[in-house]
Amino acid sequence: MAALSFFPFGTSGRIRGGVHPEPRKESTADRPIETAFPLPERLYLSLQQHAGQPAEPVVRVGEKVLRGQLLAAGQGAISAPVHAPTSGVVTDILEYPAAHPSALPTPTLLLEPDGENRWIETCELADPFSLPPEEISTRVGAAGVVGMGGAAFPSAVKLNLGRKTRIQTLLINGGECEPYLTCDDRLMRERAADVVDGILIMLHGLECNQAIVGIEDNKPEAFAAMSAAAAPYGGKVQVQQVPSLYPMGWDKQLIRYFTGKEVPAGGRSADIGVLMHNVATAYAVQQAVRFGRPLVSRIVTVSGSAVSAPRNVEAPIGTLLADLLAFCGHRPEDTASYVMGGPMMGDFLPHPRVPLVKGACGILALSRQEVAASDAKACIRCARCVSACPAGLLPLEMMARIRAGQLESALGYGLKDCISCGSCSYVCPSEIPLVHYFKYASGELVAREQTKHRTEQTKRLAEERQARFERQKREQAALAAQRKAQAQRKTEEAA
Amino acid sequence: MNLSLLSAPFTRSDSQVQGIMAAVMLALVPATVFGVVIFGWPAFFLWTVTVLSALVFEAACLALAGKPVNAILRDGSAMLSGWLVAMTLPPWAPWWIGVVGAGIAIVVGKQVFGGLGQNPFNPAMLARVALLVAFPLEMTTWTLPSLPFSSSAPGLFDSLAITFAGAPAVDGMTGPTLIGNWKTELSQGRGLSESLISGHYNVLAAILGWKAGSLGETSSLLVVVGGLWLLKKKIISWHIPLSLLTTVALSASVFALIDGERYAGPVFHLTSGAVMLAAFFIATDYVTSPSSPAGQLIFGAGCGLFIFVIRTWGAYPEGAGFSVLLMNALTPVIDHYVRPRIYGRDLKGRPLDLPGGRR
Ligand code: SF4
Ligand code: SF4
Repeated sequence: MAALSFFPFGTSGRIRGGVHPEPRKESTADRPIETAFPLPERLYLSLQQHAGQPAEPVVRVGEKVLRGQLLAAGQGAISAPVHAPTSGVVTDILEYPAAHPSALPTPTLLLEPDGENRWIETCELADPFSLPPEEISTRVGAAGVVGMGGAAFPSAVKLNLGRKTRIQTLLINGGECEPYLTCDDRLMRERAADVVDGILIMLHGLECNQAIVGIEDNKPEAFAAMSAAAAPYGGKVQVQQVPSLYPMGWDKQLIRYFTGKEVPAGGRSADIGVLMHNVATAYAVQQAVRFGRPLVSRIVTVSGSAVSAPRNVEAPIGTLLADLLAFCGHRPEDTASYVMGGPMMGDFLPHPRVPLVKGACGILALSRQEVAASDAKACIRCARCVSACPAGLLPLEMMARIRAGQLESALGYGLKDCISCGSCSYVCPSEIPLVHYFKYASGELVAREQTKHRTEQTKRLAEERQARFERQKREQAALAAQRKAQAQRKTEEAA
Repeated sequence: MNLSLLSAPFTRSDSQVQGIMAAVMLALVPATVFGVVIFGWPAFFLWTVTVLSALVFEAACLALAGKPVNAILRDGSAMLSGWLVAMTLPPWAPWWIGVVGAGIAIVVGKQVFGGLGQNPFNPAMLARVALLVAFPLEMTTWTLPSLPFSSSAPGLFDSLAITFAGAPAVDGMTGPTLIGNWKTELSQGRGLSESLISGHYNVLAAILGWKAGSLGETSSLLVVVGGLWLLKKKIISWHIPLSLLTTVALSASVFALIDGERYAGPVFHLTSGAVMLAAFFIATDYVTSPSSPAGQLIFGAGCGLFIFVIRTWGAYPEGAGFSVLLMNALTPVIDHYVRPRIYGRDLKGRPLDLPGGRR
């Protein structure tokens, strides 16, 4: 990269880039969380609901299990266990389509509820703050808590890292900047005390003294509820408003907003003394540590104009999205796209017969008008994508290079720094699917990297074999020569 | 299936190419209408001919290239290019000047490079400069403004004759532009106090546009009104207009302070010729200007500087066209070297230091 990028414009303010997508939150924001979702006939528990290795089943087919019982244990350093969302019988362990654009089959455990919904014996802790700090992350890990904002990174791993690096600030993301989504908003309004309790528990586990909760200024009720809940803790948990701007929930944007610091490229937020968790994660942590309840359900926004009764539902993990959608008055005939997550960064789903996973904050059935899809036109170099990019990239240049097949050159423009936030595609007046290009190119580069690696490995193996072969040949030759010499000596001696 | 249905984001802003083009044209309306009013029917005919031929040339090129004619014509870019060419023509120029101008803008300036978004040079400016070089007489025959329906304003038939039959402009209806006048006088050894201020130059008339000049350029005020509206609608950003105008004003001030007899001051420069049109409508052309805010500042400053230099020392009276084309040529270079700082990286693209000096 020959670029000398001088002139640090756009860096003086605390927020860079960002867009203002239409919020579309009205339909779900004013309805209380629906907790009376009927247990589905069957739950599909994906063993890969988190970043890292899939979990390994510890129950047999036919086994009766209780709600909260461990079904599959985490494997490796970055993984999370899976627990039973209700009591019932394990009827099968099979490959089932995952909630992913490819809908590729993943190892999945089938659970048939018995309708009793009986918990395992859980013990409530009167005072979680008397636990040794490292015990917090142990319990969070055992409860299978992962980041609930979408990334699904095992929370215990993050907490451990935070404790080891002695972070100074715990940032709690209550931004919920994606359109449609209101599950965090409702959670903060209805269960603020539990969320704050969860934050305090995390602070204890991190041996850290300061938490800042950032809530977008378009959620005054959530802000008020959280402020009231945090008030008794004397500034330990500060609740603050942030401008409603997408992607305000991007951890690095929030970090910059609150600390003025940037996470160095290739680094982690912990490197500059900050850790970020989502409000729903704080709630799950509280449930896990204070009540010993593993993560077996979540609050999810079901919305989009192809459902007639959009709302936030507290549903067991493993519920088929189709069941959830049907519960909310889904009209399949009006649906153009199924989306898991928010419309800006969510994943396309080819069909809704896939299970709810821990990281799913939204399920959207969008109509054609909502998606507003039309064909891409020529780039007019209007630079709207440049001003929208929170990462300071030049989307139009990257796109042009990827189109021309020059992936390496796109890397020089910061392809690896793209967070796929979608702001650029959102503003593009030519409706160019920029993010699609970037995801494609990143995937392609990874694939090439792997192929290169494999080729090199094959080459190395071949070379080693060749070397071994030659060595053997040499050794044999030497041996033969030795024998010959010996034989000769013997004949000479005999003579 | 459409990609937008399969790939995030699943929602998008309602800004569209044709909306942007329509807004720019709307912003041109006040200055254009004013030009038509003070220069009469011939100005209107010329505008119509230029815009229509731009559309015809675009359609022809698209058809030849096998592209969807209707869908692309509707984006409005060809009409806007034609309109901008018309803005820069002498209002009583013959019809073929408009046709040739539109042809150069669309065919040479845009379609040979692959159409919208691909052209390195601003099509309207390319057309203007080419016309100026090829037809210096027609391109520098200026009309003095007159009130509509006044005795000096040509009637409908006279106007048709002026535009379509090349009837010579009536004597007493033509006059030099201010810049042209200033340069002639200077070359004859007369200073500013003798030439401009003695009668020809009137600040108010210059700002309002009551003067000889191109069809849509004379009223700095109305051009600025349109430009400010575009700024407010966020169709254009402030970087290029601000840096361009500041550079022109600063260089003019410096030289006027050094020698007020030889160099006109900032007000004169800002209110005459195509400066305002260039600042808000030409240099801000997305396709041919840099895409980073810093690059746009540099680009605007470059345009401003060249405008001043060409006006002051160049052979041509007007600098805007040449300046913009010159800077257009530099746009790829600016875009290569001036990029926004990436989050978490320094200006050279290296990762920021970790606290404690680690990388
Ligand atoms: S927003 Fe779209 S049209 Fe505008 S520069 Fe970016 S890619 Fe091109
Ligand atoms: S998707 Fe990538 S390139 Fe586009 S705005 Fe977000 S970070 Fe920038």
